[in-house]
Amino acid sequence: MRLILLLLCLMAALPARAERVVAGLSQTHVAITTSFSGSEILIFGAVRREAPLPEGALHVVVTVAGPSGPVTVRRKARRLGIWVNTEAVEIDAAPSFYAVASTAPLSEALSQTEDLRHKVSIPRAIRAVGTAAQAADAESFVEALIRIRSSNGLYQVLPGEVSLTEDTLFRTSVALPANLTEGDYQTRIFLTREGEVIDAFETVIAVRKVGLERWTYLLAHEQPLLYGILSLAIAIAAGWGASAAFRLIRG
Amino acid sequence: MTIYLPIAEVSVNAFLLLGMGGLVGVLSGMFGIGGGFLMTPLLFFIGIPPAVAVATEAAQIVASSFSGVLAHVRRKTVDFRMGTVLMIGGLVGAGIGIAIFNMLRQMGQVDLLVKLCYVVFLGIIGALMFVESLRAIRRLRSGKTAPRRRQRTWIHALPFKMKFRTSGLYISVIPPLAVGALVGILAAIMGVGGGFIMVPAMIYLLGMPTKVVVGTSLFQIIFVTAFATLLHATTNFTVDLGLALLLLIGGVIGAQVGARIGVGMKAEQLRILLALLVLAVCGKLALDLLLEPAEIYSLSVGRF
Repeated sequence: MRLILLLLCLMAALPARAERVVAGLSQTHVAITTSFSGSEILIFGAVRREAPLPEGALHVVVTVAGPSGPVTVRRKARRLGIWVNTEAVEIDAAPSFYAVASTAPLSEALSQTEDLRHKVSIPRAIRAVGTAAQAADAESFVEALIRIRSSNGLYQVLPGEVSLTEDTLFRTSVALPANLTEGDYQTRIFLTREGEVIDAFETVIAVRKVGLERWTYLLAHEQPLLYGILSLAIAIAAGWGASAAFRLIRG
Repeated sequence: MTIYLPIAEVSVNAFLLLGMGGLVGVLSGMFGIGGGFLMTPLLFFIGIPPAVAVATEAAQIVASSFSGVLAHVRRKTVDFRMGTVLMIGGLVGAGIGIAIFNMLRQMGQVDLLVKLCYVVFLGIIGALMFVESLRAIRRLRSGKTAPRRRQRTWIHALPFKMKFRTSGLYISVIPPLAVGALVGILAAIMGVGGGFIMVPAMIYLLGMPTKVVVGTSLFQIIFVTAFATLLHATTNFTVDLGLALLLLIGGVIGAQVGARIGVGMKAEQLRILLALLVLAVCGKLALDLLLEPAEIYSLSVGRF
């Protein structure tokens, strides 16, 4: 199956091998420190050509995807006068962050079949198979997931945000919000002509907690009892310290 | 200045947290309450995940109760014996509460449970306090003193009696154990110390003298919330040290300021203000449940 896919990809790419994408990132590591308040990643590159400029509109599509994981979407309904979670749909895998920037609206830059093949647009990037059995209108749950994450700045659609000069140089920037989760952020750059992908480039942005953040997180997950006791010790010391300090001030 | 919280995995303004800690601290100092019932909903409101808010608030309550109980120990207004009995009930209750909390979290109903608990208990306590203080003010105006009642009720007929010297009581251990367990359950579920239920229960149900009530309640709250913190830390990994520290710093300073403001006010006025505050929080949460929410969908990471 994978071999066939690979062959298909190669065959699709063969006639257009004349154009290739070369790209770079302003940073491939994002450190989440205590003062982390989001980060802006600059993605830039050029189209390398060994033949004269072919016909058709050239577009660049850039995607950045955070680590994927299962998400449960719940819907409230009115029961006995109050609003209660009643229905739930479990989505197999949804990226924790997803940004898709392109030189033109996605429908223009990428054909439906290519979107399906490379999973570029947000609904395609979410794997929601088997949700139809869980609720009558499972699509509205997936739509809700996209809506909520979009309003939190976690899902971004940025049409026209990639600037392409002279059909050769391109650049864009993707803002990673402050409420970021750790992991490897898959970054893909697609070069398309007439909606067909002619070349792709892939790299990874490593987002990691560092320093105190990393230490606290690891301790909380690997030594939870010790962490709990440490929290209590700090709490009691602070309580005692405050009481002693104010007694000193008053006395 | 924003700060990234390692466990909550959100970035919030440090001064906002300090300010919230301070504000709740002032109120808690004024009224002699823990303030958990105000802080936890405020944390929900600024976008801290509910599970983290409840667990972290428990850690903060340990700090503020410890700070408070020291003053009461010096004034000898802690009934250690009664506190220990309440605490035993409380520890059992906290264990049950965490189990209920985790079960409902898996079912996706934890928000509902927490909010319903808030509405019901704040509503009852707020209304009772309001009526009681209005009556007290009227009595003061008419110049009559409050009748001191200490009748024999069904509570005095229960077995396993025990002497509580500091409180001057000789009663069965069953009611304090039950009160402790109930408050323990609520403490674990609601992320509160439970003083707002414990104090009236001690006065009206157990008949304890008012002067030992606050100290004893604080004494047992330390242990119950410490236990709840440990359980949250080991089962859910949801205690955020960074968040707790910031709330704590604001809280302890605010509490001292509040205590000074409180000294200058009359007890009845304070009680009526506190009742109004409790009813306001209750009303806000009740509206959330009754009105159609702007977004009827919600997300939780992970499987059911």
